[in-house]
Amino acid sequence: MSIEVLLNEFKEIAANPAKQLNDCKAAGKKAIGVLPYFAPEELVYAAGMMPFGIWGSNTKTINRSKEYCATFYCTIAQLALEMLLDGTMDQLDGIITPTICDTLRPMSQNFRVSMGDKMKVIFLAHPQNRAKEYGITFCMKQYGNIRKELEELKGSPISDEAILDAIKVYNKSRAARRKFVKLANEHCDVITPIKRSAVLKASYFMMKDVYTEKLEALNAELEKLPVCNWKGVKVVTSGIICDNPKLLQIFEDNNIAIAADDVAHESRMIRVDAPEEGDPMRALAQQFAMQDYDVLLYDPASEQNRRAEFVAQMVKDSGAQGLVLFMQQFCDPEEMEYPSFKKALDEADIPHIKLGVDQQMRDFGQASTAIQAFADVLSTR
Amino acid sequence: MAETEKTTAAAPAAKPKKEASPATKALRKVVSDVYAAAWTAKEQGRPIGWSSSKFPAEIAETLGLAVVYPENQAAGIAAQHDGERMCQIAEEMGFDADICGYARISLACANGAITTNEGRRVPRPDFVLCCNNICNCMTKWYENIARMNNCPLIMIDVPYNNHVEVDDSYVQYIRGQFDDAIVQLEKISGNKWDEEKFKQVCANANRTAKAWLKVCDYLQYKPAPMSGFDLFNHMADVVTARCKVEAAEAFELLAEELEEHVKNGTSTLPFPEQYRVMFEGIPCWPDLKALFKPLKGNGVNVTAVVYAPAFGFVYDDMDSLCRAYCKAPNSVCIEQGVDWREGICRDNKVDGVLVHYNRSCKPWSGYMAEMQRRFTKDLGVPCAGFDGDQADPRNFNAAQYETRVQGLVEAMEQNKLAKEAKAQ
Ligand code: SF4
Ligand code: SF4
Repeated sequence: MSIEVLLNEFKEIAANPAKQLNDCKAAGKKAIGVLPYFAPEELVYAAGMMPFGIWGSNTKTINRSKEYCATFYCTIAQLALEMLLDGTMDQLDGIITPTICDTLRPMSQNFRVSMGDKMKVIFLAHPQNRAKEYGITFCMKQYGNIRKELEELKGSPISDEAILDAIKVYNKSRAARRKFVKLANEHCDVITPIKRSAVLKASYFMMKDVYTEKLEALNAELEKLPVCNWKGVKVVTSGIICDNPKLLQIFEDNNIAIAADDVAHESRMIRVDAPEEGDPMRALAQQFAMQDYDVLLYDPASEQNRRAEFVAQMVKDSGAQGLVLFMQQFCDPEEMEYPSFKKALDEADIPHIKLGVDQQMRDFGQASTAIQAFADVLSTR
Repeated sequence: MAETEKTTAAAPAAKPKKEASPATKALRKVVSDVYAAAWTAKEQGRPIGWSSSKFPAEIAETLGLAVVYPENQAAGIAAQHDGERMCQIAEEMGFDADICGYARISLACANGAITTNEGRRVPRPDFVLCCNNICNCMTKWYENIARMNNCPLIMIDVPYNNHVEVDDSYVQYIRGQFDDAIVQLEKISGNKWDEEKFKQVCANANRTAKAWLKVCDYLQYKPAPMSGFDLFNHMADVVTARCKVEAAEAFELLAEELEEHVKNGTSTLPFPEQYRVMFEGIPCWPDLKALFKPLKGNGVNVTAVVYAPAFGFVYDDMDSLCRAYCKAPNSVCIEQGVDWREGICRDNKVDGVLVHYNRSCKPWSGYMAEMQRRFTKDLGVPCAGFDGDQADPRNFNAAQYETRVQGLVEAMEQNKLAKEAKAQ
């Protein structure tokens, strides 16, 4: 298939998650909503169900969720609840609710209370002290609970083999996405920011084997192309999520390519693979233990500035001239790390801008001005 | 969270200021001593730590380490009206104004800013103790302190709990971290872990907890022998000194004073009690006067605060200690949260609930709306919410607050009349 056809397919899927959900249900598959961050989706896949990513929405407005949420909650969490309350997600058979930030902790209760008997609400608490043996044990226990709940929904056990198989499928999918991110940098004339986002976003609404096959086909086509001689500027993006086509259009309008990303919704979720042998539950816990360089996770070497320096290095390695930080309003973890982040970027002489965003943003005038000015600055470097 | 402050500004008492009672003085001294001990340790070249309010204080105390508590410090700074300035300093450092006010104040201090509240100045830390049972904001906050001061961070992670019961897997996980923390702190302190001393420290903490609960229980009397707001002030002792025998003694002394008041039919509340409410959340420390005014004007006494059950835990060994630290106000499921509150509302016979939607505290406000619905349904009492902030006065609107209190008073009045009519 041609690059264009493949890109269009990804675009369609990313833009119409509801259709994906309908198709999945029509095919007789169960579907599980997976909220951010770090839920072991492999278990859902192993159960023969479809994991369906829920990362808020760029088109909805907060209305019903006001009954549960304080106004100073990020739109990602509020709009996730909104979609569960307004019927958008009615076809789901369950959701998994991780609790890694201060918003998601109590939100897990709102999800459970508001869903009542409507769907299974599967709780997940990750350990922050994750690399020590006690952390791995705790994580295994939490993942074990998820497995049990899914088995209940499935009506039969999930075998270890099925989980090992899922791990392989997911590792392969992550590898394909990592490769795509690199290829997108090399072919940023073809893979524009909007297209790049759609390809990565589609992964949240597809079975990973199907997705990976399609993505590998795209990667193969991209590899055939000569590396592009990009005349515009390149940036690394950072933040929780930046999948709004309108916002990304501003990048395209200003000839800004995305060289790499430190975005939770994109590369932060695919950095680490799980071991492919041994006890699969342990493998999944180990995978979480190996997660690193993330604002959401405790860093045992916190007196250093590892995460920020890691991203600064990423900017250099990717050939970007600067970094654009999408700061989600009311996101404590991101906000808390900003001064350290800025310090590392400044020390590495990497220019950056911080754009305040939320998912109810409809007016991009200010962002447009800021991005344009930033592009001008970068073009002189 | 984690309250505190024993300054005159924090005590919304009547004018002219009455002399504090012996127990109140003793409680204040206990906290002052904690700050003084940190300075002494620094002078003597001993390491000092900064600790989150619900880090297992038993560990540092057993190892004889001097520790201060940034949340207590921030509350004190806010109550002495230096919160806004300190928050702004943090904002200039790049911390967003949406971040918890305590964290902002503390991060300004951690970076060397000096507060005008002299009693709440502390030496820079040589180590930090972080337990995220009350919030995950702690994790990044303390990482930042460690980074700014290039000092080690000892982390006790308490994952959020979806059940009222604490599963054994939580206990094992936390136990593992306790054991590691002990080893790390042995190195920092240069002292060996002493099981006998630990037992004594735990006995002190249990004695403090029991005395604290006893004091809180005096709010069950009608009228109450004290202003429940005082409990917010006394939290300082629970947070900073629960393992010290002096804290237990001071609370026991307070209990005796309250017993006297009950016998004599007197109260420290500077007005007659007409209504009794639960105050949900942390007070707005910078605005205590504004907070107190309409309560006083309408004869409303705060007779219930959730800190009573949330901090009054008693345990008998290391594992039950782990279990106890799992239950912090913001780490428990909604059923536990509701149960704690409804328990004290019933025991302390409240007529209504005043809910502080605290802009600083996302975890605390997270399921508040649902909780409020449950209180109304289960207790049959009216609830009123207001927007405020524990440390940043820019987020508190006195006019809105007064209107909400007024509305609550009217609803309580109607309830009262309806009850009286039914009784006739
Ligand atoms: S955007 Fe931030 S606050 Fe919201 S759910 Fe994600 S990490 Fe939590
Ligand atoms: S976020 Fe809430 S619990 Fe955490 S320190 Fe601030 S006020 Fe306390």
